[in-house]
Amino acid sequence: MGEPGIVFWILSIVILVSGFMVVSLKNIFHCALFLILCLFSVAGIFILLGAEFLAAAQVLIYVGAVAILMIFAIMLTSNLASEKIQQSNENVLVGFFVCVTFAISAVMLLAKTYEGVWGRMTITEPLPSQNIATLGKYLMTKFMLPFEVVSVLLLAAMIGAIVLARKESA
Amino acid sequence: MEFKLPDYNLWLMLPELFLFVWALLVFTFDLVTKRKKESAVGYSALLGLLLTGLILALVWTGVLVPGKANGYGSGFGNMFYNDAMALFFKIIFLGAAFMAIGSSFGITRQKIVNHRGEFYGLILLSTVGMMFLSSSNELLSLYIGLELTTIPLFVLAAFFKDNKLSVEAGMKYFVIGAFSSALLLYGLSFLYGLSGTTEIVQMKINLGLVHATIRDIGVILIMGVVMMVAGIGFKLALPPFHQWAPDVYEGSPTPIAAFLSVGSKAAGLVAFAKIFVNGLIVFYDPLQAPNDWGTLVGVIAVLAMVIGNVVAIRQSNIKRMLAYSSIAQAGYIMIGMVSLNEHGLASVGYYIFAYMFANMGAFAAVAIFEDKTGSCQIESYRGLAKSSPFLSVTLAVFLLSLAGIPPLAGFLAKYKVFAAAISMATADADYSWLYWLVGVGLLTAVFSLFYYANVIKQMFFSTEDSPYKIKFALPSLVVLLMGLVGVFWFGIFPEPVLDLASDISAAFGFLPR
Repeated sequence: MGEPGIVFWILSIVILVSGFMVVSLKNIFHCALFLILCLFSVAGIFILLGAEFLAAAQVLIYVGAVAILMIFAIMLTSNLASEKIQQSNENVLVGFFVCVTFAISAVMLLAKTYEGVWGRMTITEPLPSQNIATLGKYLMTKFMLPFEVVSVLLLAAMIGAIVLARKESA
Repeated sequence: MEFKLPDYNLWLMLPELFLFVWALLVFTFDLVTKRKKESAVGYSALLGLLLTGLILALVWTGVLVPGKANGYGSGFGNMFYNDAMALFFKIIFLGAAFMAIGSSFGITRQKIVNHRGEFYGLILLSTVGMMFLSSSNELLSLYIGLELTTIPLFVLAAFFKDNKLSVEAGMKYFVIGAFSSALLLYGLSFLYGLSGTTEIVQMKINLGLVHATIRDIGVILIMGVVMMVAGIGFKLALPPFHQWAPDVYEGSPTPIAAFLSVGSKAAGLVAFAKIFVNGLIVFYDPLQAPNDWGTLVGVIAVLAMVIGNVVAIRQSNIKRMLAYSSIAQAGYIMIGMVSLNEHGLASVGYYIFAYMFANMGAFAAVAIFEDKTGSCQIESYRGLAKSSPFLSVTLAVFLLSLAGIPPLAGFLAKYKVFAAAISMATADADYSWLYWLVGVGLLTAVFSLFYYANVIKQMFFSTEDSPYKIKFALPSLVVLLMGLVGVFWFGIFPEPVLDLASDISAAFGFLPR
């Protein structure tokens, strides 16, 4: 993969800044917009890593479905969109402490593994050039059973959602 | 890279396929009959479970599997794997679902008017998920099986849409469930990153190899192990991840609370056994002590037994009391889980088998009482023995079995778990901390008598007369009798179940020394 290029640094800075904006801004609508920016940049990182499918899934699911749903929810809830609602978090200190702990341990872990473990592991197979095609072939051969069971799972989720959301006539 | 279609061996998964199709039939049956047939839907679901049990027995004995003497083996490449544990736990899932559906005829008559088919069908789909989970041989299908188990349960917990407590229960269970799944998945991704495979057996070998060459993978493994323990700990309601359980059990429909406490818990145990006892067994080598997950789980088991049994004493709502009792029971089960010898998993199997009858039975009795009186308070059981002696006696028997009184099955279950821990501790000096677990287990078992006996005292030794005279429908009677027979029969003649359970240990490679 080589040294990270300038694109990587730009994307990382965008992710960090927009991520910070998501948790610190007062207007919840702006937060949602920054969340979209953050998720887009993560998709960019995936492309840099050669994982096009993950990037597409990231954009489709997180930006296309989750974030848009959040914006809809904000706009349809009349009180939330107005300036009057100031969102504040009383657990700022606790949250900060947890985040810092997690960040430190993650950085230590990564530093250790980069030198110690993954640095010394060699990739025996070359990265497939068309990884979406490879993924599709795996889903239809080796991982066929989980792939089929996911459809049962979606059916259960759909029936459940309809049952819960339906207005009872009686 | 080569892609070839796997050997399907669909015969091996016949019970799952059948139950899935039957669940769809139950959904449509309710719609086709225009939701008029009150109990026919329930009976059809019960019939489906019985038939699935029959098919399971035929597959297990090899009658339905062409060219084989038994139902063990793999299908879909290596994705689906029937071993002794898979088949044993499938009986438990089917039994728990049967008893849950049998005890929900009351609420589907009174409270659930529009969605009976969906109620029963979702229970069946959740059971299908548990069965897939217990046959999974690989992290991806294990995770998807676990999701298929829990997603219908989120909906079922919130099934009384007009009831604030029930909606709260569904919401809480949903948030906790999603969070714990994410934790578990993150932990699993560490294992995948270290071993480069999702197949558990291959993962075990790869991890051993990697660990032999690079010693410091321990840090990543610890991170992964902590996350997986937390993820599965939430599913099993083990402290410190147990806070959701009492609220969810209290709010959700009583049969669903029962199903959560037995079916979902057994599913979590299967996942735990597959990932930790099978996949991470290499790290039970004394040379590789830093990756020892056993002590971590041991501490959690102690917490579970102490918190569960002590807090249960203070509860006035019987469903919350049973919730704390089931937290404590999970603690006892984890003692068997960390005893890594030929008795360990066998005792877990027998324990969950005995626990299924007693706990489902106790919840069924509570459900019957609740249908009639609308109350779950322990005080309202006062004097029940005079007005409804059968119900009181059965509930008392189930509670005594949960407390571990001989000759009921619960006694032998506790004995087996403690014996497994002691044999492990005497065989290997590194595991002498298991003595402490047994000590705490014995002490807290005495504590547990307080709250179980309190209910019995209210029912039998109260001078007041109970205003309630409780009659019950046929399915509830069947469930109570099934629980009674199970608790007595398998307490006095446990050999067949113990033999089946010892196959579980053998399937995991724990052979008698």
